[in-house]
Amino acid sequence: MDIFLQQIINGLTTGSVYAIVALGYTMVYGVIQLINFAHGEVVMIGAMTAFTVIMAVVGLGLPLPPALIVLLGVLAAVPVCMAIGYTLERVAYRPLRHAPRLAPLITAIGMSIILQHLALLIWGRDPRAFPQIMENASFAIGGAAISTVQIAIILMSVVLMAGLTWFVYRTRFGIAIRATAEDVRVAALMGVDANRVIAATFVIGAGLGAIAGVMVGTYYGIAHYTMGFTLGLKAFSAAVLGGIGNLAGAMLGGIVLGLVEALGTGYIGDLTDLCRWPLVGGMLAERCEADGHAILFGSNYQDVFAFLVLILVLVFRPSGLLGERVSERA
Amino acid sequence: MSAVLLEARAIGKRFGGVQALKDVSLTIREKEIYGLIGPNGAGKTTFFNVLTGLYTRDTGDVLFAGQPLELGSPYVVAQAGIARTFQNIRLFGNMTALENVMVGRHVRTQAGVFGAIFRTRAQREEEAAIKRRADELLHYVGIAHRAGALAKHLSYGDQRRLEIARALATEPKLLALDEPAAGMNATETVALRQLIEGLRADGLTVLLIEHDVKLIMGLCDRVAVLDYGEKIAEDVPAIVQRDPKVVEAYLGGGAND
Repeated sequence: MDIFLQQIINGLTTGSVYAIVALGYTMVYGVIQLINFAHGEVVMIGAMTAFTVIMAVVGLGLPLPPALIVLLGVLAAVPVCMAIGYTLERVAYRPLRHAPRLAPLITAIGMSIILQHLALLIWGRDPRAFPQIMENASFAIGGAAISTVQIAIILMSVVLMAGLTWFVYRTRFGIAIRATAEDVRVAALMGVDANRVIAATFVIGAGLGAIAGVMVGTYYGIAHYTMGFTLGLKAFSAAVLGGIGNLAGAMLGGIVLGLVEALGTGYIGDLTDLCRWPLVGGMLAERCEADGHAILFGSNYQDVFAFLVLILVLVFRPSGLLGERVSERA
Repeated sequence: MSAVLLEARAIGKRFGGVQALKDVSLTIREKEIYGLIGPNGAGKTTFFNVLTGLYTRDTGDVLFAGQPLELGSPYVVAQAGIARTFQNIRLFGNMTALENVMVGRHVRTQAGVFGAIFRTRAQREEEAAIKRRADELLHYVGIAHRAGALAKHLSYGDQRRLEIARALATEPKLLALDEPAAGMNATETVALRQLIEGLRADGLTVLLIEHDVKLIMGLCDRVAVLDYGEKIAEDVPAIVQRDPKVVEAYLGGGAND
Protein backbone atom coordinates (compact mmCIF):
# COMPACT_ATOMS: atom_id res chain seq x y z
CA MET A 1 0.00 0.00 0.00
CA ASP A 2 1.17 3.45 -0.85
CA ILE A 3 1.22 5.24 2.49
CA PHE A 4 1.80 8.64 0.98
CA LEU A 5 -1.17 8.54 -1.36
CA GLN A 6 -3.35 6.92 1.27
CA GLN A 7 -2.59 9.62 3.79
CA ILE A 8 -3.26 12.30 1.17
CA ILE A 9 -6.73 10.82 0.70
CA ASN A 10 -7.33 10.58 4.43
CA GLY A 11 -5.99 14.08 4.91
CA LEU A 12 -8.26 15.50 2.24
CA THR A 13 -11.22 13.89 3.97
CA THR A 14 -10.55 15.19 7.46
CA GLY A 15 -9.28 18.44 5.97
CA SER A 16 -12.62 18.97 4.23
CA VAL A 17 -14.40 18.57 7.54
CA TYR A 18 -11.99 20.98 9.25
CA ALA A 19 -12.55 23.46 6.45
CA ILE A 20 -16.33 23.35 6.83
CA VAL A 21 -16.09 23.80 10.60
CA ALA A 22 -13.42 26.52 10.21
CA LEU A 23 -15.81 28.50 8.01
CA GLY A 24 -18.11 28.84 11.01
CA TYR A 25 -15.33 30.33 13.11
CA THR A 26 -14.05 32.61 10.41
CA MET A 27 -17.43 34.00 9.32
CA VAL A 28 -18.33 35.04 12.84
CA TYR A 29 -14.86 36.43 13.46
CA GLY A 30 -14.93 38.35 10.20
CA VAL A 31 -18.11 40.15 11.16
CA ILE A 32 -17.78 40.77 14.91
CA GLN A 33 -14.18 39.75 15.75
CA LEU A 34 -15.39 37.13 18.17
CA ILE A 35 -13.96 33.63 18.50
CA ASN A 36 -17.08 31.57 19.01
CA PHE A 37 -15.53 28.79 21.04
CA ALA A 38 -18.89 27.09 21.35
CA HIS A 39 -18.83 26.29 17.63
CA GLY A 40 -17.18 22.91 18.18
CA GLU A 41 -20.05 21.92 20.47
CA VAL A 42 -22.55 22.94 17.82
CA VAL A 43 -20.82 20.49 15.50
CA MET A 44 -21.03 17.81 18.18
CA ILE A 45 -24.74 18.42 18.68
CA GLY A 46 -25.18 18.14 14.93
CA ALA A 47 -23.57 14.71 15.02
CA MET A 48 -25.62 13.65 18.04
CA THR A 49 -28.92 14.83 16.58
CA ALA A 50 -28.21 13.03 13.34
CA PHE A 51 -27.30 9.93 15.33
CA THR A 52 -30.65 9.96 17.13
CA VAL A 53 -32.62 10.45 13.94
CA ILE A 54 -30.67 7.83 12.03
CA MET A 55 -31.13 5.31 14.84
CA ALA A 56 -34.84 6.03 14.93
CA VAL A 57 -35.27 5.66 11.20
CA VAL A 58 -33.21 2.48 11.13
CA GLY A 59 -35.32 1.20 14.02
CA LEU A 60 -38.44 1.59 11.91
CA GLY A 61 -36.98 -0.98 9.59
CA LEU A 62 -38.23 0.68 6.43
CA PRO A 63 -36.51 -0.31 3.22
CA LEU A 64 -34.96 3.09 2.67
CA PRO A 65 -31.66 3.57 0.87
CA PRO A 66 -28.87 4.29 3.41
CA ALA A 67 -27.91 7.58 1.80
CA LEU A 68 -31.49 8.79 2.29
CA ILE A 69 -31.37 7.86 5.96
CA VAL A 70 -28.18 9.83 6.45
CA LEU A 71 -29.76 12.70 4.56
CA LEU A 72 -32.69 12.62 6.98
CA GLY A 73 -30.13 12.88 9.78
CA VAL A 74 -28.63 15.93 8.11
CA LEU A 75 -32.04 17.49 7.57
CA ALA A 76 -32.74 17.14 11.28
CA ALA A 77 -29.31 18.28 12.47
CA VAL A 78 -29.13 21.44 10.36
CA PRO A 79 -32.19 23.24 11.76
CA VAL A 80 -31.38 22.14 15.31
CA CYS A 81 -27.86 23.57 15.05
CA MET A 82 -29.09 26.70 13.30
CA ALA A 83 -31.47 27.29 16.19
CA ILE A 84 -28.62 26.81 18.65
CA GLY A 85 -26.38 29.16 16.68
CA TYR A 86 -29.11 31.79 16.65
CA THR A 87 -29.80 31.36 20.35
CA LEU A 88 -26.11 31.64 21.21
CA GLU A 89 -25.84 34.93 19.38
CA ARG A 90 -29.08 36.32 20.72
CA VAL A 91 -28.69 35.25 24.35
CA ALA A 92 -24.97 35.09 24.97
CA TYR A 93 -23.16 37.41 22.58
CA ARG A 94 -25.50 40.20 21.53
CA PRO A 95 -25.83 41.65 25.04
CA LEU A 96 -22.02 41.81 25.12
CA ARG A 97 -21.60 43.37 21.68
CA HIS A 98 -20.09 46.53 23.12
CA ALA A 99 -18.40 44.96 26.14
CA PRO A 100 -14.62 44.58 26.34
CA ARG A 101 -13.48 41.79 24.05
CA LEU A 102 -12.53 39.44 26.85
CA ALA A 103 -16.14 39.22 28.08
CA PRO A 104 -17.67 37.57 25.00
CA LEU A 105 -14.63 35.31 24.71
CA ILE A 106 -15.11 33.95 28.21
CA THR A 107 -18.84 33.74 27.61
CA ALA A 108 -18.08 31.62 24.55
CA ILE A 109 -16.10 29.20 26.66
CA GLY A 110 -18.98 29.10 29.14
CA MET A 111 -21.45 28.38 26.35
CA SER A 112 -19.20 25.60 25.16
CA ILE A 113 -19.28 23.98 28.60
CA ILE A 114 -23.05 24.39 28.86
CA LEU A 115 -23.68 22.81 25.47
CA GLN A 116 -21.30 19.96 26.22
CA HIS A 117 -23.10 19.14 29.43
CA LEU A 118 -26.50 19.47 27.85
CA ALA A 119 -25.34 16.84 25.39
CA LEU A 120 -24.08 14.75 28.29
CA LEU A 121 -27.53 14.90 29.86
CA ILE A 122 -29.34 14.05 26.66
CA TRP A 123 -27.08 11.44 25.09
CA GLY A 124 -25.16 10.13 28.05
CA ARG A 125 -21.47 9.71 28.63
CA ASP A 126 -20.84 6.67 26.50
CA PRO A 127 -19.66 7.04 22.92
CA ARG A 128 -22.55 6.48 20.53
CA ALA A 129 -21.80 4.18 17.64
CA PHE A 130 -23.19 5.48 14.38
CA PRO A 131 -24.95 2.61 12.66
CA GLN A 132 -22.81 1.61 9.73
CA ILE A 133 -25.58 1.65 7.21
CA MET A 134 -23.65 3.19 4.36
CA GLU A 135 -22.28 0.44 2.23
CA ASN A 136 -18.65 1.35 2.58
CA ALA A 137 -17.18 0.18 -0.67
CA SER A 138 -13.58 1.05 -1.42
CA PHE A 139 -12.03 1.90 -4.71
CA ALA A 140 -8.37 1.33 -5.38
CA ILE A 141 -6.46 4.21 -6.87
CA GLY A 142 -2.74 3.94 -7.43
CA GLY A 143 -2.01 1.65 -4.51
CA ALA A 144 -4.33 3.40 -2.10
CA ALA A 145 -7.99 3.03 -1.25
CA ILE A 146 -10.75 5.59 -1.13
CA SER A 147 -14.10 4.75 0.39
CA THR A 148 -17.52 5.91 -0.70
CA VAL A 149 -17.89 7.79 2.58
CA GLN A 150 -14.65 9.65 1.89
CA ILE A 151 -15.77 10.49 -1.62
CA ALA A 152 -19.10 11.70 -0.28
CA ILE A 153 -17.45 13.89 2.38
CA ILE A 154 -15.04 15.49 -0.05
CA LEU A 155 -17.69 16.13 -2.70
CA MET A 156 -20.16 17.47 -0.17
CA SER A 157 -17.52 19.84 1.22
CA VAL A 158 -16.69 21.15 -2.22
CA VAL A 159 -20.38 21.80 -2.86
CA LEU A 160 -20.79 23.58 0.48
CA MET A 161 -17.69 25.72 0.00
CA ALA A 162 -18.73 26.67 -3.52
CA GLY A 163 -22.24 27.42 -2.31
CA LEU A 164 -21.05 29.63 0.51
CA THR A 165 -18.64 31.48 -1.77
CA TRP A 166 -21.45 32.09 -4.23
CA PHE A 167 -23.72 33.26 -1.45
CA VAL A 168 -21.22 35.69 0.03
CA TYR A 169 -19.88 37.08 -3.25
CA ARG A 170 -22.87 36.96 -5.54
CA THR A 171 -25.99 37.65 -3.54
CA ARG A 172 -27.24 40.84 -2.03
CA PHE A 173 -27.27 39.43 1.46
CA GLY A 174 -23.69 38.32 0.93
CA ILE A 175 -22.76 41.86 -0.03
CA ALA A 176 -24.38 43.05 3.20
CA ILE A 177 -22.33 40.52 5.15
CA ARG A 178 -19.09 41.70 3.59
CA ALA A 179 -20.00 45.35 4.09
CA THR A 180 -20.74 44.69 7.76
CA ALA A 181 -17.46 42.85 8.12
CA GLU A 182 -15.56 45.83 6.75
CA ASP A 183 -17.31 48.58 8.65
CA VAL A 184 -20.34 47.91 10.82
CA ARG A 185 -21.27 51.53 11.33
CA VAL A 186 -21.05 52.61 7.74
CA ALA A 187 -22.96 49.51 6.70
CA ALA A 188 -25.65 50.54 9.17
CA LEU A 189 -25.72 54.02 7.63
CA MET A 190 -26.41 52.36 4.30
CA GLY A 191 -29.41 50.64 5.81
CA VAL A 192 -27.84 47.26 6.51
CA ASP A 193 -29.39 45.82 9.65
CA ALA A 194 -26.26 44.70 11.48
CA ASN A 195 -28.17 42.52 13.94
CA ARG A 196 -29.71 40.51 11.14
CA VAL A 197 -26.40 40.11 9.37
CA ILE A 198 -24.62 38.99 12.53
CA ALA A 199 -27.38 36.56 13.43
CA ALA A 200 -27.23 35.20 9.88
CA THR A 201 -23.51 34.49 10.08
CA PHE A 202 -24.10 32.48 13.26
CA VAL A 203 -26.96 30.58 11.70
CA ILE A 204 -25.10 29.82 8.48
CA GLY A 205 -21.96 28.77 10.36
CA ALA A 206 -23.99 26.51 12.62
CA GLY A 207 -25.76 24.95 9.65
CA LEU A 208 -22.42 24.15 8.05
CA GLY A 209 -21.21 22.83 11.40
CA ALA A 210 -24.19 20.48 11.62
CA ILE A 211 -23.33 18.96 8.27
CA ALA A 212 -19.69 18.65 9.34
CA GLY A 213 -20.86 16.87 12.48
CA VAL A 214 -22.75 14.29 10.47
CA MET A 215 -19.68 13.84 8.25
CA VAL A 216 -17.44 13.18 11.24
CA GLY A 217 -19.94 10.80 12.80
CA THR A 218 -20.33 8.83 9.60
CA TYR A 219 -16.60 8.79 8.90
CA TYR A 220 -15.39 7.65 12.31
CA GLY A 221 -18.59 5.75 13.08
CA ILE A 222 -18.76 7.28 16.51
CA ALA A 223 -20.13 10.33 18.30
CA HIS A 224 -19.35 11.47 21.81
CA TYR A 225 -20.33 14.49 23.84
CA THR A 226 -16.70 15.65 24.08
CA MET A 227 -15.94 15.24 20.38
CA GLY A 228 -16.62 18.92 19.67
CA PHE A 229 -13.77 20.16 21.81
CA THR A 230 -10.77 18.79 19.92
CA LEU A 231 -12.51 19.09 16.59
CA GLY A 232 -13.37 22.69 17.34
CA LEU A 233 -9.83 23.53 18.39
CA LYS A 234 -8.43 21.95 15.27
CA ALA A 235 -10.86 23.79 13.02
CA PHE A 236 -10.03 26.99 14.86
CA SER A 237 -6.34 26.28 14.19
CA ALA A 238 -7.24 25.79 10.55
CA ALA A 239 -9.03 29.14 10.47
CA VAL A 240 -6.01 30.85 12.03
CA LEU A 241 -3.69 29.04 9.64
CA GLY A 242 -5.63 30.37 6.67
CA GLY A 243 -6.03 33.84 8.15
CA ILE A 244 -8.99 34.24 10.45
CA GLY A 245 -11.82 36.24 8.98
CA ASN A 246 -10.94 35.10 5.48
CA LEU A 247 -13.28 32.58 3.85
CA ALA A 248 -10.84 31.22 1.30
CA GLY A 249 -8.29 31.09 4.11
CA ALA A 250 -10.50 28.86 6.24
CA MET A 251 -10.99 26.47 3.33
CA LEU A 252 -7.29 26.36 2.51
CA GLY A 253 -6.30 26.17 6.18
CA GLY A 254 -8.65 23.23 6.77
CA ILE A 255 -7.32 21.23 3.84
CA VAL A 256 -3.67 22.00 4.66
CA LEU A 257 -4.19 21.11 8.30
CA GLY A 258 -5.88 17.83 7.37
CA LEU A 259 -2.99 16.94 5.06
CA VAL A 260 -0.32 17.89 7.60
CA GLU A 261 -2.06 15.85 10.25
CA ALA A 262 -2.54 12.80 8.03
CA LEU A 263 0.98 12.84 6.64
CA GLY A 264 2.46 13.54 10.05
CA THR A 265 0.54 10.67 11.58
CA GLY A 266 1.48 8.42 8.69
CA TYR A 267 5.18 9.03 8.96
CA ILE A 268 5.90 9.94 12.54
CA GLY A 269 6.25 6.30 13.56
CA ASP A 270 8.87 5.58 10.92
CA LEU A 271 10.68 8.85 11.48
CA THR A 272 10.99 8.38 15.21
CA ASP A 273 11.89 4.71 15.02
CA LEU A 274 15.17 4.81 16.93
CA CYS A 275 16.36 1.61 15.29
CA ARG A 276 16.64 3.53 12.04
CA TRP A 277 18.81 6.20 13.54
CA PRO A 278 22.42 5.15 13.00
CA LEU A 279 23.87 6.28 16.30
CA VAL A 280 21.06 5.55 18.71
CA GLY A 281 20.11 2.42 16.79
CA GLY A 282 23.47 0.92 17.65
CA MET A 283 22.94 1.56 21.32
CA LEU A 284 19.56 -0.11 21.23
CA ALA A 285 20.74 -2.97 19.04
CA GLU A 286 19.49 -5.61 21.41
CA ARG A 287 15.96 -4.28 21.61
CA CYS A 288 15.84 -3.63 17.89
CA GLU A 289 16.83 -7.23 17.30
CA ALA A 290 13.96 -8.38 19.44
CA ASP A 291 11.11 -6.00 18.43
CA GLY A 292 12.31 -4.80 15.08
CA HIS A 293 11.50 -1.21 16.09
CA ALA A 294 11.72 1.24 18.97
CA ILE A 295 9.21 3.93 18.11
CA LEU A 296 9.40 7.13 20.11
CA PHE A 297 6.21 8.78 18.90
CA GLY A 298 3.45 6.68 17.39
CA SER A 299 0.34 7.64 15.45
CA ASN A 300 -1.43 8.32 18.74
CA TYR A 301 0.36 11.65 18.57
CA GLN A 302 -2.05 12.61 15.79
CA ASP A 303 -3.54 15.55 17.66
CA VAL A 304 -0.15 17.17 18.16
CA PHE A 305 0.20 18.27 14.58
CA ALA A 306 -2.74 20.63 14.44
CA PHE A 307 -1.51 22.51 17.47
CA LEU A 308 2.09 22.44 16.29
CA VAL A 309 0.85 24.14 13.13
CA LEU A 310 -1.12 26.64 15.22
CA ILE A 311 1.98 27.54 17.23
CA LEU A 312 4.16 27.87 14.14
CA VAL A 313 1.61 30.11 12.44
CA LEU A 314 1.25 32.31 15.48
CA VAL A 315 5.01 32.69 15.73
CA PHE A 316 5.93 33.15 12.09
CA ARG A 317 2.84 34.38 10.29
CA PRO A 318 0.18 35.53 12.73
CA SER A 319 -1.99 36.92 9.95
CA GLY A 320 -2.25 33.44 8.41
CA LEU A 321 -1.65 32.18 4.88
CA LEU A 322 -4.18 34.44 3.18
CA GLY A 323 -4.76 37.01 5.89
CA GLU A 324 -3.92 40.60 5.27
CA ARG A 325 -1.35 42.25 7.40
CA VAL A 326 -3.32 44.07 10.01
CA SER A 327 -2.51 47.73 10.16
CA GLU A 328 -3.82 50.37 12.48
CA ARG A 329 -6.76 52.19 11.05
CA ALA A 330 -6.24 55.85 10.39
CA MET B 1 -39.32 80.42 -0.11
CA SER B 2 -39.40 76.64 -0.13
CA ALA B 3 -40.45 74.38 2.72
CA VAL B 4 -38.25 73.47 5.65
CA LEU B 5 -36.65 70.03 5.29
CA LEU B 6 -34.61 69.79 8.44
CA GLU B 7 -34.86 71.71 11.65
CA ALA B 8 -32.29 71.06 14.35
CA ARG B 9 -33.17 72.57 17.70
CA ALA B 10 -30.67 73.23 20.46
CA ILE B 11 -28.42 70.27 19.73
CA GLY B 12 -25.84 69.75 22.47
CA LYS B 13 -23.06 67.19 22.77
CA ARG B 14 -20.36 66.88 25.36
CA PHE B 15 -17.26 64.70 25.33
CA GLY B 16 -15.95 64.54 28.86
CA GLY B 17 -15.05 68.09 29.71
CA VAL B 18 -15.37 69.40 26.18
CA GLN B 19 -18.62 70.95 25.08
CA ALA B 20 -18.41 69.95 21.42
CA LEU B 21 -21.81 71.34 20.51
CA LYS B 22 -23.80 73.89 22.44
CA ASP B 23 -27.42 74.66 21.58
CA VAL B 24 -26.87 74.49 17.87
CA SER B 25 -30.08 75.23 15.99
CA LEU B 26 -30.33 75.48 12.27
CA THR B 27 -32.90 75.16 9.54
CA ILE B 28 -32.29 73.68 6.13
CA ARG B 29 -34.84 74.25 3.39
CA GLU B 30 -35.69 71.95 0.55
CA LYS B 31 -33.41 72.00 -2.50
CA GLU B 32 -30.98 74.23 -0.72
CA ILE B 33 -27.22 73.88 -0.63
CA TYR B 34 -26.45 74.63 2.96
CA GLY B 35 -22.88 75.16 4.08
CA LEU B 36 -21.52 74.47 7.52
CA ILE B 37 -18.14 76.03 8.16
CA GLY B 38 -15.92 76.82 11.06
CA PRO B 39 -12.34 76.47 12.24
CA ASN B 40 -10.87 73.05 13.01
CA GLY B 41 -12.49 71.54 16.05
CA ALA B 42 -15.51 73.85 15.86
CA GLY B 43 -17.88 70.86 15.99
CA LYS B 44 -18.87 70.51 12.35
CA THR B 45 -18.19 66.81 12.07
CA THR B 46 -19.67 66.20 15.53
CA PHE B 47 -22.86 67.81 14.30
CA PHE B 48 -22.81 65.53 11.27
CA ASN B 49 -22.27 62.50 13.43
CA VAL B 50 -25.15 63.39 15.70
CA LEU B 51 -27.38 64.10 12.75
CA THR B 52 -26.60 60.80 11.03
CA GLY B 53 -26.94 58.71 14.15
CA LEU B 54 -23.31 57.82 14.73
CA TYR B 55 -23.28 59.75 18.00
CA THR B 56 -26.05 60.11 20.49
CA ARG B 57 -26.83 63.68 21.48
CA ASP B 58 -27.13 65.10 24.95
CA THR B 59 -29.77 67.72 24.26
CA GLY B 60 -32.00 68.97 21.49
CA ASP B 61 -34.05 67.33 18.80
CA VAL B 62 -34.40 67.25 15.06
CA LEU B 63 -37.42 67.55 12.83
CA PHE B 64 -36.90 66.02 9.43
CA ALA B 65 -39.52 66.45 6.72
CA GLY B 66 -41.95 67.42 9.47
CA GLN B 67 -41.32 64.29 11.54
CA PRO B 68 -39.25 64.02 14.70
CA LEU B 69 -36.10 62.11 13.82
CA GLU B 70 -35.05 59.38 16.19
CA LEU B 71 -31.35 60.06 16.49
CA GLY B 72 -28.74 57.59 17.66
CA SER B 73 -29.65 54.87 15.20
CA PRO B 74 -27.87 55.09 11.84
CA TYR B 75 -30.30 52.66 10.28
CA VAL B 76 -33.35 54.73 11.17
CA VAL B 77 -31.69 57.95 10.06
CA ALA B 78 -30.81 56.36 6.72
CA GLN B 79 -34.35 55.15 6.31
CA ALA B 80 -35.75 58.59 7.06
CA GLY B 81 -33.74 59.93 4.13
CA ILE B 82 -30.42 61.33 5.31
CA ALA B 83 -27.26 60.02 3.70
CA ARG B 84 -23.70 61.11 4.21
CA THR B 85 -20.12 60.84 3.11
CA PHE B 86 -17.08 60.92 5.33
CA GLN B 87 -14.19 63.32 5.72
CA ASN B 88 -11.81 60.39 5.93
CA ILE B 89 -13.26 58.22 3.19
CA ARG B 90 -14.96 55.12 4.57
CA LEU B 91 -15.69 52.90 1.64
CA PHE B 92 -15.83 49.11 1.79
CA GLY B 93 -12.31 48.80 0.42
CA ASN B 94 -12.35 45.14 -0.47
CA MET B 95 -15.58 45.35 -2.40
CA THR B 96 -16.00 46.58 -5.94
CA ALA B 97 -17.29 50.05 -6.71
CA LEU B 98 -20.55 48.54 -7.95
CA GLU B 99 -20.96 46.46 -4.79
CA ASN B 100 -20.35 49.51 -2.64
CA VAL B 101 -23.26 51.25 -4.31
CA MET B 102 -25.41 48.13 -4.11
CA VAL B 103 -24.98 48.13 -0.34
CA GLY B 104 -26.57 51.56 -0.33
CA ARG B 105 -29.72 50.09 -1.87
CA HIS B 106 -30.29 47.99 1.24
CA VAL B 107 -32.17 50.71 2.98
CA ARG B 108 -34.87 50.73 0.29
CA THR B 109 -35.15 47.00 -0.34
CA GLN B 110 -35.77 43.84 1.61
CA ALA B 111 -32.99 41.30 1.29
CA GLY B 112 -33.57 38.08 3.15
CA VAL B 113 -31.25 35.12 3.60
CA PHE B 114 -33.77 32.67 2.27
CA GLY B 115 -34.80 34.89 -0.58
CA ALA B 116 -31.14 35.17 -1.52
CA ILE B 117 -30.70 31.41 -1.49
CA PHE B 118 -33.91 30.29 -3.12
CA ARG B 119 -33.99 33.11 -5.61
CA THR B 120 -37.64 33.64 -6.20
CA ARG B 121 -38.57 35.49 -9.33
CA ALA B 122 -39.31 38.65 -7.37
CA GLN B 123 -35.91 38.38 -5.72
CA ARG B 124 -34.09 38.04 -9.00
CA GLU B 125 -35.94 40.99 -10.46
CA GLU B 126 -35.24 43.13 -7.43
CA GLU B 127 -31.59 42.18 -7.54
CA ALA B 128 -31.37 43.05 -11.22
CA ALA B 129 -33.05 46.39 -10.51
CA ILE B 130 -30.54 47.10 -7.76
CA LYS B 131 -27.64 46.37 -10.06
CA ARG B 132 -29.13 48.57 -12.75
CA ARG B 133 -29.69 51.43 -10.34
CA ALA B 134 -26.16 51.08 -8.97
CA ASP B 135 -24.82 51.22 -12.50
CA GLU B 136 -26.82 54.37 -13.20
CA LEU B 137 -25.46 56.03 -10.10
CA LEU B 138 -21.89 55.21 -11.06
CA HIS B 139 -22.62 56.80 -14.44
CA TYR B 140 -24.14 59.79 -12.71
CA VAL B 141 -21.02 60.51 -10.67
CA GLY B 142 -18.84 59.68 -13.63
CA ILE B 143 -16.99 56.53 -12.60
CA ALA B 144 -18.96 53.87 -14.46
CA HIS B 145 -15.78 52.66 -16.13
CA ARG B 146 -14.42 51.66 -12.72
CA ALA B 147 -17.48 49.63 -11.66
CA GLY B 148 -15.58 46.37 -11.33
CA ALA B 149 -12.54 47.76 -9.53
CA LEU B 150 -12.06 47.31 -5.82
CA ALA B 151 -12.85 50.52 -4.00
CA LYS B 152 -9.40 50.66 -2.41
CA HIS B 153 -7.81 50.68 -5.85
CA LEU B 154 -9.68 53.78 -7.04
CA SER B 155 -7.98 57.15 -7.20
CA TYR B 156 -8.69 59.58 -4.41
CA GLY B 157 -11.08 61.73 -6.41
CA ASP B 158 -12.92 58.64 -7.65
CA GLN B 159 -13.24 57.35 -4.09
CA ARG B 160 -14.95 60.60 -3.12
CA ARG B 161 -17.31 60.22 -6.07
CA LEU B 162 -18.00 56.62 -5.14
CA GLU B 163 -18.92 57.69 -1.62
CA ILE B 164 -21.41 60.13 -3.08
CA ALA B 165 -22.85 57.46 -5.37
CA ARG B 166 -23.18 55.07 -2.43
CA ALA B 167 -24.94 57.75 -0.39
CA LEU B 168 -27.27 58.52 -3.30
CA ALA B 169 -28.19 54.85 -3.52
CA THR B 170 -30.10 55.21 -0.26
CA GLU B 171 -32.40 57.70 -2.04
CA PRO B 172 -31.83 60.46 0.46
CA LYS B 173 -33.79 63.69 0.68
CA LEU B 174 -30.78 65.26 2.35
CA LEU B 175 -27.24 64.49 1.32
CA ALA B 176 -24.63 65.45 3.89
CA LEU B 177 -21.11 65.84 2.50
CA ASP B 178 -18.26 66.03 4.98
CA GLU B 179 -15.41 67.96 3.33
CA PRO B 180 -15.89 66.45 -0.11
CA ALA B 181 -13.19 68.63 -1.66
CA ALA B 182 -10.53 67.75 0.91
CA GLY B 183 -7.41 66.65 -0.88
CA MET B 184 -8.79 67.38 -4.33
CA ASN B 185 -6.87 69.37 -6.91
CA ALA B 186 -8.38 72.38 -8.71
CA THR B 187 -9.76 70.39 -11.65
CA GLU B 188 -11.35 67.80 -9.37
CA THR B 189 -12.88 70.55 -7.25
CA VAL B 190 -14.49 72.15 -10.27
CA ALA B 191 -15.92 68.79 -11.30
CA LEU B 192 -17.18 68.23 -7.77
CA ARG B 193 -18.87 71.58 -7.78
CA GLN B 194 -20.67 70.71 -10.99
CA LEU B 195 -21.72 67.41 -9.48
CA ILE B 196 -23.19 69.07 -6.39
CA GLU B 197 -25.02 71.65 -8.48
CA GLY B 198 -26.37 68.82 -10.60
CA LEU B 199 -27.64 67.08 -7.46
CA ARG B 200 -29.55 70.15 -6.43
CA ALA B 201 -30.94 70.56 -9.91
CA ASP B 202 -32.22 67.00 -9.57
CA GLY B 203 -34.15 67.97 -6.46
CA LEU B 204 -31.77 67.05 -3.67
CA THR B 205 -30.97 69.10 -0.61
CA VAL B 206 -27.28 69.23 0.25
CA LEU B 207 -25.60 69.91 3.56
CA LEU B 208 -21.96 70.67 3.05
CA ILE B 209 -19.07 70.88 5.48
CA GLU B 210 -16.10 72.39 3.77
CA HIS B 211 -12.80 74.08 4.44
CA ASP B 212 -12.51 75.40 0.92
CA VAL B 213 -14.04 78.82 1.51
CA LYS B 214 -14.17 79.67 -2.17
CA LEU B 215 -16.16 76.53 -2.88
CA ILE B 216 -18.56 77.20 -0.02
CA MET B 217 -19.12 80.84 -0.89
CA GLY B 218 -19.61 80.11 -4.56
CA LEU B 219 -21.86 77.11 -4.12
CA CYS B 220 -24.01 77.55 -1.03
CA ASP B 221 -27.33 79.32 -0.76
CA ARG B 222 -26.89 79.80 2.94
CA VAL B 223 -24.05 79.22 5.36
CA ALA B 224 -23.87 78.61 9.10
CA VAL B 225 -20.66 79.18 11.01
CA LEU B 226 -19.70 77.15 14.05
CA ASP B 227 -17.04 78.23 16.51
CA TYR B 228 -16.25 76.33 19.71
CA GLY B 229 -19.45 74.34 19.30
CA GLU B 230 -21.72 77.36 18.98
CA LYS B 231 -23.40 78.82 15.95
CA ILE B 232 -22.10 82.35 15.53
CA ALA B 233 -23.71 83.21 12.20
CA GLU B 234 -26.21 81.94 9.65
CA ASP B 235 -27.08 83.73 6.44
CA VAL B 236 -26.35 84.01 2.73
CA PRO B 237 -22.62 83.78 1.97
CA ALA B 238 -22.19 87.45 1.09
CA ILE B 239 -23.43 88.55 4.50
CA VAL B 240 -21.72 85.83 6.51
CA GLN B 241 -18.50 86.75 4.78
CA ARG B 242 -18.69 90.28 6.18
CA ASP B 243 -19.84 89.32 9.66
CA PRO B 244 -17.14 90.63 12.03
CA LYS B 245 -17.54 87.65 14.39
CA VAL B 246 -17.00 85.25 11.53
CA VAL B 247 -14.07 87.20 10.21
CA GLU B 248 -12.49 87.06 13.61
CA ALA B 249 -13.23 83.42 14.29
CA TYR B 250 -12.58 81.85 11.00
CA LEU B 251 -11.83 83.78 7.90
CA GLY B 252 -9.12 85.93 9.39
CA GLY B 253 -8.35 89.51 8.43
CA GLY B 254 -7.13 88.68 4.95
CA ALA B 255 -10.25 86.97 3.71
CA ASN B 256 -12.01 90.11 2.61
CA ASP B 257 -9.37 91.21 0.18
